[in-house]
Amino acid sequence: MNKKLRYRLILIALVVLVSSFMLYKEKINLGLDLQGGIHLVLQVQTEDALEAEVDQARERWENDLREREVSFTETKVVDQTVEIIGVPQDSRDVVETYLDGFVPSWNYKSRARQGKLDFSIQMNPAYRKTLAATSVRQAREIISRRIDQYGVVEPTITVYGSGDIPDQIIVELPGVEDFERVKNLIKNTARLELKVTHPDRALRGPFLSREAALQAFNNSLPDDLEILLYRDRDSTSQQDSYMVVRKAAAITGQHLKNAKRSQDPYTGAAEIVFYLNSEGVQRFSDTTGRNVGNQLAIVLDDVIQSAPNINERIDTESARITGSFTPEQAQDLALVLRSGALPAKMSFLEERSVGPSLGRDSIVRGVYASILGVTLVVLGMLIVYRLSGVNAIICLILNMLILLGVLAYFRATLTLPGIAGVILTIGMAVDANILIFERIKEELRLGKTVRAAVDAGFGRVFSTILDTNITTLVAALFLFQFGTGPVRGFAVTLAVGLVANIFTATFVSRTIFSWALQSREVSRLSI
Amino acid sequence: MDIVRNPKIDWLGKKWYFIGVSAFFGLLSALSLLVGEGLNLGVDFTGGTLVYVKFMEAPDLKRIRSTLGRADLGAQEVTRFDEPSANEVQIRMARVETAEAEDLGAKSQAVFDALRAEFGDEAHDPQGLDLNNVSSHGLSSWLQERDPEGLQSNLSISEFEEHYSALAARVADHRTSQSGIIADYSDLDGLGLPDSVLSALREDSILGSFTVISVESVGPKVGNELRERAQSAIFFSLLGMLIYIAFRFRPIYGVAAIIALFHDVFLTLGFFSVSGKEISLTVLAALLTLVGYSINDTIVVFDRVRENLKLMRREKISVIINTSINQTLNRTIMTSGMTFLAVFALYMLGGEALSGFALALVAGIIVGTYSSVAIASPIVLWWQNFSEKRKLKARA
Repeated sequence: MNKKLRYRLILIALVVLVSSFMLYKEKINLGLDLQGGIHLVLQVQTEDALEAEVDQARERWENDLREREVSFTETKVVDQTVEIIGVPQDSRDVVETYLDGFVPSWNYKSRARQGKLDFSIQMNPAYRKTLAATSVRQAREIISRRIDQYGVVEPTITVYGSGDIPDQIIVELPGVEDFERVKNLIKNTARLELKVTHPDRALRGPFLSREAALQAFNNSLPDDLEILLYRDRDSTSQQDSYMVVRKAAAITGQHLKNAKRSQDPYTGAAEIVFYLNSEGVQRFSDTTGRNVGNQLAIVLDDVIQSAPNINERIDTESARITGSFTPEQAQDLALVLRSGALPAKMSFLEERSVGPSLGRDSIVRGVYASILGVTLVVLGMLIVYRLSGVNAIICLILNMLILLGVLAYFRATLTLPGIAGVILTIGMAVDANILIFERIKEELRLGKTVRAAVDAGFGRVFSTILDTNITTLVAALFLFQFGTGPVRGFAVTLAVGLVANIFTATFVSRTIFSWALQSREVSRLSI
Repeated sequence: MDIVRNPKIDWLGKKWYFIGVSAFFGLLSALSLLVGEGLNLGVDFTGGTLVYVKFMEAPDLKRIRSTLGRADLGAQEVTRFDEPSANEVQIRMARVETAEAEDLGAKSQAVFDALRAEFGDEAHDPQGLDLNNVSSHGLSSWLQERDPEGLQSNLSISEFEEHYSALAARVADHRTSQSGIIADYSDLDGLGLPDSVLSALREDSILGSFTVISVESVGPKVGNELRERAQSAIFFSLLGMLIYIAFRFRPIYGVAAIIALFHDVFLTLGFFSVSGKEISLTVLAALLTLVGYSINDTIVVFDRVRENLKLMRREKISVIINTSINQTLNRTIMTSGMTFLAVFALYMLGGEALSGFALALVAGIIVGTYSSVAIASPIVLWWQNFSEKRKLKARA
């Protein structure tokens, strides 16, 4: 065996080994269209997160300015702009120095009106963008935490989007069936807040309707208060009512350390116990201390779950959420509370649930069809090209091995469109061999010796194979760059397959011919 | 073995026949696309909801349609899906109007409820456990609640949960292997379930006459985006191929190849439009595959033309192109034949999920092979003749 041939064979053996090892070590995930499961596309309402940020900023500034003994008529939020109205002229420096601390995230302008100053403070566009992107990232993290706790094997959660901020989250859960439950688990914003009710018993409610509550304030509710739905399950009436609470939450989900399902020792009803972190305990103690005689509303996603009376300062780290929960609801609610609140609301853009039996059927069918297809191709090649057909089949097998090995290495997911890419690859691999064989036959007809014909055949066809494969590769790269999920899946398998194809068709096939022809002077080629 | 020995066919002499055939089918496609019903775009592109329901017995489409019609769910289409023996029905519902619609999937639940009211077994409690629709998890909770084996006091909570979850999973897996429907309780006998569990199932659960096997719900925003992105992806990949071919061969070869591709995709789309077959994501993938095959075929011919242009300097371009097509004819027949065989197997055996895909490929391989000869080559010939005449004129 000559040296060159030996190196070639060693290289091929190496490729086979590495590919087989990849395939053995990592497994190729099947897409949901093949194995069943849930596919969701969520839109993060980033505006929601921005509004929350503006509200928090307003509150912080209001408190800080009060501490600095700056007087003002009011603060309010208009179109995501915080306005501080009626600041005396002599406080200008104090306010400006204070607000300078928030530049460049926030930009402020002032305007003199009736001898006083109005400040309007707006988010810097770049800061807005960062915030929006952060909220998407947080949402992604929280969703993946929830999914992990729910116990899904190999979920994929990716951020995607075509706008300047990618704000869509794609969630893929193979093998999961409980469609509605998973959706609730993901969508539940789980914003837990403890809010103090209005101190005046006559003004706090509960009222029977939102209008009644508003009327108690002569139809103009102060800016720092809000009316929330109170879904009281403990009272006998079980009727929805409304309460007036302070907008600013005393304690939020950030102050939560843990949450779990538990059981009311007397009634046996499912409930949720949550534990506060040290800052939360401090705030809880302060709030209850300052508001003895008032009520503390436990608010979940803007609905009051219960509103116990504050009888004394409470130094505790745990509290309960009661309501009419089923054990499963309580379990899920504890789970979402543990995983943290979503920074913004979510809406579903796309939902797919493929039943396991449908996925299984498509695999079984696809496998049968592929076996038949491959058998037909193998038979055809053997009949037409006889022994040389074996060469083509070895190349095809090697091609598939490399393709699957690379896919496994990148932990790619194989979907139906991906299989389309594989089919095109097979087609082009077979075509490359057919091209070579036909060319060798042509050269043989011209009266060349077997070895010369093989050399000439490969030499001539090399550029054809390169051009066909590279052209398609160019297309695949563009499809990958500009396409979305399914189109990309196609592009990835195709691109990998084409590169493998160039290798097997021009290198492996030739090596096999050289090996077969090396020892003896062959006068006839079985082709 | 040679399929055709030394062919000497004057392909370009027949170009007007080819162009006539292409023009005829092109016109037909254009008419169907523009004047006729147009493309039947699937929910992937238009938005909407698809619900796949499998029945235990042959479904009565009329009854399903009238049931859904009464429920006013905006069901657009109720069609049989897959082989008749699979007893599967596909229900397609109109797109959800607003992108913010809270619950795209609510419709599938509504479909289920409506069907259940109509096809459910009246004798049983409609709230009871339906073994053909409950999830593995749901069945596990149901078993834990009843505890037919009376294990609650003997096992720890997690052991207890695990025990019944394992039993429930066994039932669910079996149901999956039965394609989603358990027809009779005796099917469960071989699973090694404890007798107490079996009898609990027999007594307190029902075997629903249908099951929802798959739900796909796509909001209009996603559909639009998918369509737009797919369009731009295809546009840029065509452009990329054009540039590469123009660079490796001559500009006119790139143009000719891309025109041939347009021809192929247009005719295939026309075929889909005429036959009313749905364009789904998989069909899109097939169209992309078709583009790959077609360009491959065209380049093989062009490559031979490029080679022959050097070898046969004195010959007329039409002779060179004819010779090139003839020289590659064996390869063209073999390759098309082989891929056709494979794709045909896919069409016959692949089931409904793959049939649209395979159909597009079957159509595409025929058209793709044809267009290299019938469209791309005449364009190159025409351009070469045109530019030579221009050169002569310029000299004179």
